[in-house]
Amino acid sequence: MEHRLSPDGQEEKIQKFVTKFGIIMFAIYTIVYFAFIIIAVTNPQFMGKDVGNLNVAITYGFGIIILAIIQALIYSYICGKRENAERSGKGKSK
Amino acid sequence: MNYKAEPLAIIIFVFFVLSVLGISYFFSRKTKSASGYFAAGGNIHWGVNGIAFAGDYLSAASFLGIAGMVAIYGYDGFLYSIGYLAGWMVALFVVAEPLKKLGKYTFADAIDAKFKSRGVILAAAISTLVVSLFYLIPQMVGAGTLITPLLGLPFEAGVIMVGCVVILIVATAGMASTTYVQFIKGGLLVVFSLVLVFLLLGSGFSTSPDQKDSTYHEFITLELADTGSDAIALKDTSYEVVKEFQVGEEPSAKTFVKLAKDDIETVWQLDADNNILLETQTITHRADGPDLYNGAPKEDGRFYQVGHLSEIEGQPAVETGGLNLFNFIGKIKDSTVIRWSQQNLTDGTDRITVYYQVPTEGKDVLIPGLKFKIDPARGASTSDQINFISLMIALFLGTAALPHILIRYYTVPTSAYARKSTIVAVGAIGLFYLLTLYMGLGAMTHGVIDLTNSNMSAPLLARAFGLGIFAIISAIAFSTILGTVSGLIVASSGAVANDLLHKFFKLNMDDNKMVFAGRITAVVVGIIAMALGIAFKHMNVSFLVGWAFSIAASANLPAIIMVLFWKRTTSKGVIASIAVGLLSALILILLSPDTFSQVYQLPAANAPMPFSQPAIISVPLSFITLVVVSLFTKKDNVTDSTV
Repeated sequence: MEHRLSPDGQEEKIQKFVTKFGIIMFAIYTIVYFAFIIIAVTNPQFMGKDVGNLNVAITYGFGIIILAIIQALIYSYICGKRENAERSGKGKSK
Repeated sequence: MNYKAEPLAIIIFVFFVLSVLGISYFFSRKTKSASGYFAAGGNIHWGVNGIAFAGDYLSAASFLGIAGMVAIYGYDGFLYSIGYLAGWMVALFVVAEPLKKLGKYTFADAIDAKFKSRGVILAAAISTLVVSLFYLIPQMVGAGTLITPLLGLPFEAGVIMVGCVVILIVATAGMASTTYVQFIKGGLLVVFSLVLVFLLLGSGFSTSPDQKDSTYHEFITLELADTGSDAIALKDTSYEVVKEFQVGEEPSAKTFVKLAKDDIETVWQLDADNNILLETQTITHRADGPDLYNGAPKEDGRFYQVGHLSEIEGQPAVETGGLNLFNFIGKIKDSTVIRWSQQNLTDGTDRITVYYQVPTEGKDVLIPGLKFKIDPARGASTSDQINFISLMIALFLGTAALPHILIRYYTVPTSAYARKSTIVAVGAIGLFYLLTLYMGLGAMTHGVIDLTNSNMSAPLLARAFGLGIFAIISAIAFSTILGTVSGLIVASSGAVANDLLHKFFKLNMDDNKMVFAGRITAVVVGIIAMALGIAFKHMNVSFLVGWAFSIAASANLPAIIMVLFWKRTTSKGVIASIAVGLLSALILILLSPDTFSQVYQLPAANAPMPFSQPAIISVPLSFITLVVVSLFTKKDNVTDSTV
């Protein structure tokens, strides 16, 4: 069962926002992920530099995984907030 | 390794399998409609669905393959964890919600939503079947691998057991039971992996990592006698020198020496700089008898589990005591790890596989490079670097295009719930992947690696902490495979019943007939999977999964992305894109160096392709094909609606 489209197109507005926000989040993550690959290929020695008990490779690898979880939570929070705002009639009208 | 079945392991294993079958029976009584069978009625709670996503995704490749690869190659195995999780960002931010809005039961439903084209349905259904089969093979190989140490049964018995249980699950209850099996299994896998890592950190490191019920084999050296000639002689005269083997060319040339003592022949590696022989482990494949393990029958138990630190922070005999998440890594960084490498020798009509010690600085274990060559300073070529980049692209783009992941979006009621369940999945999977590095490094340093089967590293690490945790972890791993295979078979049966029979061949099927066709397909696909699992017995699990990701990323993802976001996409463009992506990925894989060496048993240098991972070519090719064909066939574009 899908949310019903309301006459003023609230669902469409929500969908547009979610899609746009998703692409921004995706772009940020893609940059971080491919930066890791580029550093690994172009400057492998840098990956071995110490970061406390860890090194750059481990810290960056953990970072990519933790960033995914953090971005997922932010995405969920912002999208949920927007949905609630639109449905209660407090969304920004454009 | 010579494994013996333990009663406790059998009891726990049987309990798990019976529980799975019980859940299946419960849901089979509720599954009457096609929606119930293929999409669990669309009524699964998003939290349950999220953990079930994790259950689907954390397959044999994740639990057995990654931990095993980290245990052998260090950080390079962890690259799979990074790539597998990053793939979920494509699924969450780009694919999940629009796909949920478009589809009903299958990936083909969504792709075809705006075209109503039989050609699109056919292409998407074939792609689903091919990717599912490629993903099924490693799961079945994993099942066979696991059953040997757990129950003491042969490989083939494991494959057939998984096949039969899964057919029973899927043919009776479909997606609902598959979802709850995955939910329970996914949750248990994450919880018990956490328990295992806590036990590991609590135990710390020892240069002699004895296990609860056995002592670690101390690998010895033999001193050479100075004879004044090139002939090798030993100070310990109880050994007789039988034969020398020269392998390779300088600077990486190696010398192995076969010695005899008490009628047992063993092979040793020459360390000319220190005038010593180092103990190796061997499997002798005899032309006229059973294989010998370190010169004796397998039952004698002379073939040892390996993997230890030879010195910790410069000290040769040390125990660290308990460690935390950070200084666990720090200790490895400042130590020397004894890794093992493999060399094949020919001795008359016998073939000898020699596993020899490779002392490796801990800091090198914790950076990329031991498996995937990327550093030109260490001999990496441009092809090696492209291979690495291509793998990381396939892992990133493959997840969101795997059929058994895609169909899970249809088990929740709304797009928002699809998003929420993906977020739960990312949390659970992310936590698990962080743990894989610790489990792999733990196996590497705790004397638990079975050199004949790296996939067993995580379960064998558990056994170092007691039989109970070993039995639970192994049973979870086995049900991991059950769940993933169930999901793949549901995806395949949906592709055949809904896409091919109902929509492509337009067989006028009501709900009952659709469910019946789905059940028959589940049985047929299950039997094919069993046959392929046995045929690919010796293949590496992660290697096979890499194929499935590359094919999914090449065949499915360009079509999904462009249908969702490019208004000028046409049905012919989608068909061409799926066909070109699928074929180019398959052809590049078949012509790759890895396939030459591991499948055809030919020299890798003879392969026409310079690298083994196809995604860097096949994914752009599939995108370009879609754009070009769509532009040439734009008059076919009946609607310009996109989501």
